[in-house]
Amino acid sequence: MARAVTPRRKLINTGLAWAIGLLIFFPILWTILTSFKTEAQAIASPPLFLGFDWTLENYGVVMERSDYGRFLMNSIIIAGGSTILGLIVAVPAAWSMAFVPSRRTKDILLWMLSTKMLPAVGVLYPIYLLFIELGLLDSRAGLVIVMMLINLPIIVWMLYTYFREIPVEILEAARMDGATLKEEVLYILTPMAVPGIASTMLLNFILAWNEAFWTLNLTAVDAAPLTAFIASYSSPEGLFFAKLSAASTMAIAPILILGWFSQKQLVRGLTFGAVK
Amino acid sequence: MATKASRSAARLMMAPAVVLLLGWMLVPLIMTLWFSFRTYLPLRGGDQGWTGFDNYIRFVSSSAFWPAIQTTLLIVLGVLVITVCLGILLAILLDQPMWGQGVVRILVIAPFFVMPTVSALVWKNMFMDPVNGLLAHLWRFFGAEPVSWLSDASLQSIIMIVSWQWLPFATLILLTAIQSLDSEQLEAAEMDGAPVLKRFFYIILPHLSRAITIVILIQTIFLLAIFAEIFVTTGGAFGTRTLSYLIFQRVLESQNVGLGSAGGVYAIILANIVAIFLMRIVGKNLDT
Repeated sequence: MARAVTPRRKLINTGLAWAIGLLIFFPILWTILTSFKTEAQAIASPPLFLGFDWTLENYGVVMERSDYGRFLMNSIIIAGGSTILGLIVAVPAAWSMAFVPSRRTKDILLWMLSTKMLPAVGVLYPIYLLFIELGLLDSRAGLVIVMMLINLPIIVWMLYTYFREIPVEILEAARMDGATLKEEVLYILTPMAVPGIASTMLLNFILAWNEAFWTLNLTAVDAAPLTAFIASYSSPEGLFFAKLSAASTMAIAPILILGWFSQKQLVRGLTFGAVK
Repeated sequence: MATKASRSAARLMMAPAVVLLLGWMLVPLIMTLWFSFRTYLPLRGGDQGWTGFDNYIRFVSSSAFWPAIQTTLLIVLGVLVITVCLGILLAILLDQPMWGQGVVRILVIAPFFVMPTVSALVWKNMFMDPVNGLLAHLWRFFGAEPVSWLSDASLQSIIMIVSWQWLPFATLILLTAIQSLDSEQLEAAEMDGAPVLKRFFYIILPHLSRAITIVILIQTIFLLAIFAEIFVTTGGAFGTRTLSYLIFQRVLESQNVGLGSAGGVYAIILANIVAIFLMRIVGKNLDT
């Protein structure tokens, strides 16, 4: 919205907004800066902002010592796998709810949403026990399944709100022309739905990447993703600020970048279409 | 318009999602209910049979219960007040004309994308550490005694960390809502000489009321379940044990599954009370 304001007012707005924005962003900036310091510089008093000897040493140490690659791989597999699996299940469901609605559709959607509200801790032990029984504890497959299930309601909802925006007239015209259900889905709906599906994937990937209840409780070594990798730094050992910062930067960088692309979808996805 | 064939096809397409979620909801829920009525200590004798409502009574009458409820409420309310109030102000500010709006927006939203274990550890060590933390440096600079944040002001510290994580969410949603406000209405009020505060209370706030409600409800559901932030900072010590954390400790740390499950049932009931309100709003939105 471009409202006309005096340049002075605009200057004040700009100054204030930038100051607050930088203040909010500062912990992240500080973490990134610290990751390039030596351990001694990281705790220097007074703190060093930019005038230090930039070094990549911490990244080397963290990667070497903690097998960062495996944690990263686990995060990618868990977040990516659950997203793809979720889409395979959710696309047909959302499609049918958006285009062939019945009297029950609304109830089903709301019920799906309600499963998202089940507090994880309330079902922690049953899931833990089932995981042990099925040999899924500390396995990537198990985490992919759980992550898919906890985010499935959000995926279905987001896709549903996107699909509903596709004009039904197009479908009707296609049907008149004798398109089969398969052709309808393949040649008409899919191309129109691609942007919605892409945003859904993005948001789901971010949510799964950052999830830190099930990943902490159901993994130990083999399937532990980056959330668990970082949590292992919670017991300090000597000087470790710079290494903690390097590890943190590596864990959040991919998502920060993806996140910036997903601002708009975030609102829709997290409010279940109630705010657009 | 839908034929019978397409309707049954639709039902078939919906089936996997419905069946999966139904299983995901019912199986663990029934197990939790089952365990909650039994004495079940996996490491000390296993399942020792029915015990009626014993676990429910013991969970509520344990000395840790009421402090946990109090802690939970303080965290949820504290974070809600901070994020909603600051979120409204920030959303209004970000809606003003300025240079570099897009960049500022990105800066403000960034904390939401930081995984909970990272934000908790970064705050705990690099900011709140009583010796080397940045806040300690700041305090010393002004000649004050550094504070051991996570032990002396533990609850406030957790509220601060969690608010930092959730402020972007509140801001982003409120900003989206503000942007849908008809600017002509505001301009007309401005021309009529309505002072800033009046414009805020009579135009902006009523327009935002629905978005605010949604922010409150969604955040409440997530905040009732915060885990990693406490797990890696205080581990539930120094009066930061929430209801969720208490249940986690009963179930996995002291391996008293019966007792923990009864607590889980309480948590589920609590979350459902909030959920009902949220569903009503979302449901209403579906009709339009």
